[in-house]
Amino acid sequence: MKKILKDIRINKAWCKGCGICVHFCPGKVLEMDENDKANARYPELCICCMMCELRCPDLAIEVISDDESTDEVSS
Amino acid sequence: MAVRDYIRQRFFPHLWCPGCGHGIVMNGLIRAIDHMAIPKNDIVMVSGIGCSSRITGYVDVHTLHTLHGRALAFAAGVKLSRPELRVIVPMGDGDALSIGGNHFIHAARRNMDITAIVMNNRIYGMTGGQFSPLSGSGTQASTAPFGNIDPAFDVVSLAKAAGAGFVARSTTYHVTEMIDLLKQAISHRGFSVVEILSQCPTYFGKHNGMESAVDMMENFRKNTKSLGKIPEGYSEDKVLRGVFVNENRPEYCQEYERIIASAMKGET
Amino acid sequence: MTESLAFMQGNEVCVEAALYAGLDFFAGYPITPSTEIAEHLARRLPSIGGKYIQMEDEIASVCAIVGASLTGHKVMTATSGPGFSLMQEGLGFAVMAEIPMVLVNVQRGGPSTGLPTGPAQGDVMQARWGTHGDHAMIVLTASGHQDLFSVTVEAFNLAETYRTPVILLLDEVVGHMRERVMIPEKNQIPVIDRLRTSVKAGVDYHPYLPREDGRLPMSDFGGEHRYNVTGLYHDMWGFPSTNPKVVHGLIRHLTDKIRHHAMEISRVKEYHLEDARTVMISYGSSARSALHVVNHRRARGERIGLLELQTLWPFPYSLVAEKCENARLIVVVEMNLGQMLLQVKRAVRHPDRVMLANRVDGVLITPSDIQSILRLIQGKGV
Ligand SMILES: Cc1ncc(C[n+]2csc(CCOP(=O)(O)OP(=O)(O)O)c2C)c(N)n1
Ligand code: SF4
Ligand code: SF4
Ligand code: SF4
Repeated sequence: MKKILKDIRINKAWCKGCGICVHFCPGKVLEMDENDKANARYPELCICCMMCELRCPDLAIEVISDDESTDEVSS
Repeated sequence: MAVRDYIRQRFFPHLWCPGCGHGIVMNGLIRAIDHMAIPKNDIVMVSGIGCSSRITGYVDVHTLHTLHGRALAFAAGVKLSRPELRVIVPMGDGDALSIGGNHFIHAARRNMDITAIVMNNRIYGMTGGQFSPLSGSGTQASTAPFGNIDPAFDVVSLAKAAGAGFVARSTTYHVTEMIDLLKQAISHRGFSVVEILSQCPTYFGKHNGMESAVDMMENFRKNTKSLGKIPEGYSEDKVLRGVFVNENRPEYCQEYERIIASAMKGET
Repeated sequence: MTESLAFMQGNEVCVEAALYAGLDFFAGYPITPSTEIAEHLARRLPSIGGKYIQMEDEIASVCAIVGASLTGHKVMTATSGPGFSLMQEGLGFAVMAEIPMVLVNVQRGGPSTGLPTGPAQGDVMQARWGTHGDHAMIVLTASGHQDLFSVTVEAFNLAETYRTPVILLLDEVVGHMRERVMIPEKNQIPVIDRLRTSVKAGVDYHPYLPREDGRLPMSDFGGEHRYNVTGLYHDMWGFPSTNPKVVHGLIRHLTDKIRHHAMEISRVKEYHLEDARTVMISYGSSARSALHVVNHRRARGERIGLLELQTLWPFPYSLVAEKCENARLIVVVEMNLGQMLLQVKRAVRHPDRVMLANRVDGVLITPSDIQSILRLIQGKGV
């Protein structure tokens, strides 16, 4: 079932700006903001792959999509 | 449960450096525990000393932060004294295989139902970038100013030879695979080892020409290969990922129950 | 369990007493002259549903019992010199994390591999100061089997009362000699069980917040309360802290909890001290020879007595001072180069009256050794 994005929540207080989420995002959804924190610039391009959430070393991203609880992993 | 229900939020943001792979391992471990729906009160997490060992401070289970290299020895006491608990032991590569090498091979040999996770960043992170027994010859480190001549262990072969019932390897790039392997390891009845290649951009990266965590994870992507995808006659020099051993051997605590049963009957 | 008479080795007495006190988990590594403790427990523990594990070395052994103590068990390990050296880091962890456990060191001659089968009492200072950093330590010993039984039970009781490791510092002679011992009935010697918290699930539990009386109720790993245990300086929840106030408070607590109870912890035996002009001070197997000398000389009318120490640390300074108040001569009998001698000198009003009677050649100091040394000292007109 195709997932539909509801929200990409970035906890800016925890984000350390490592850029991992930005670099590996398949949809080029994310970018670094002026404070060197991750930012969801083009949410409409998100394919809800969850990779940013799972690869964030700081537990700073939550991808919320409509068909599931936030912590489900596609595998 | 949500990820935040498994962590001690008051200690976040955590102390690991930006991009440190240890955070990704913690992230994956929490998902694995959550998928398996193991109650938090049933888990004891035991760590040693090192950047990696800080993980016990962050995860909201019963946590025991011990001595450099000795986590598996403490864990053996926890597990044998209360076999119904799930015991998970995350360790650094120096922690697990240098100072803790003897405990590691004996834990594997005994095959007590403990999940050992080697967070292998190929360097001593906490003490500032000295080479570890996983750095390998040719690498650079603060205590190898002329290049490292110390060859590296192969964690998988070592664990296998020592008798571990489950042995697997993944990386912080391959997160869904990592979560899957951790789940298999935790469910395995016996000593299980998951080596996870993890990045230390601050020291290993800096000393070895990889400026960022992203570079290091790209390296994991390019230079590793899944066991399942190896074509016949494969000869490329890549690090393999996947499950290397998955065998049921007599588990120590269960064997000890047999000893108790015969001792109680007065048999010798 | 009814009272019963037995004839056994000291190491076996230690095992029976530990089981009497509730021991149900042992981890160890064989080493002379302590090995019989492991051998007996390998058989005895599973027969009562307890656990015995032979670890890969002594470092692992002490770590394993700390792990088992945290799940709510009464734990012990046993070793000798070289193994005791290896256990020091783990012992320090148990001090810092306030883990009840008993460590038996059946002393042999050192340093290094030394004299595996010869008696010595050279680990007195190591027992006190072997692990790094300021700390307090409880160290007990005994010279005969009946005392060994009660002192071993006491070691477990003190470990639980003060949430601390307790060292039972025996020696080769006591460990290996055979003599009669009365195994007491259940409850004849009080056994102190672990103090567990009454804090309910979901309520904030502080594993490292002492109660008014200084005791810290525990919660077993696997129970309702999830907390952290670490060898780092930590706050009342067990989480690492470098806050100077927290650090200072903890080191004070760790040392004061024992220092302030030195009198209650202190166990001594007195023989003819009332009017003694010559006071001998000894412990362990040396005290057997010293007592022999005292009885012999008393019979001939000499005002001589013996103070036998069963608590070596915390050292009972004021008690020793008091007992030596009227002594012209104080003779410390021990099998080392004067480790307790130093403490006695520190304790008494006239340190110049304190002499050493010792033997350090791997042979038990005998009554006639002590007699000759006494004659030498007294001939010089001290
Ligand atoms: C007995 C002892 N020796 C040395 C140290 C110092 N020390 C602390 S962590 C560490 C190495 C850490 O490297 P590793 O285990 O690979 O973990 P990382 O920090 O890279 O995650 C060392 C040598 C210590 N704490 N204890
Ligand atoms: S991966 Fe996490 S910490 Fe790194 S930039 Fe993205 S949100 Fe921030
Ligand atoms: S879920 Fe996938 S596509 Fe969406 S932002 Fe994250 S990495 Fe990009
Ligand atoms: S020094 Fe290396 S291992 Fe330690 S936190 Fe930083 S990046 Fe991670």
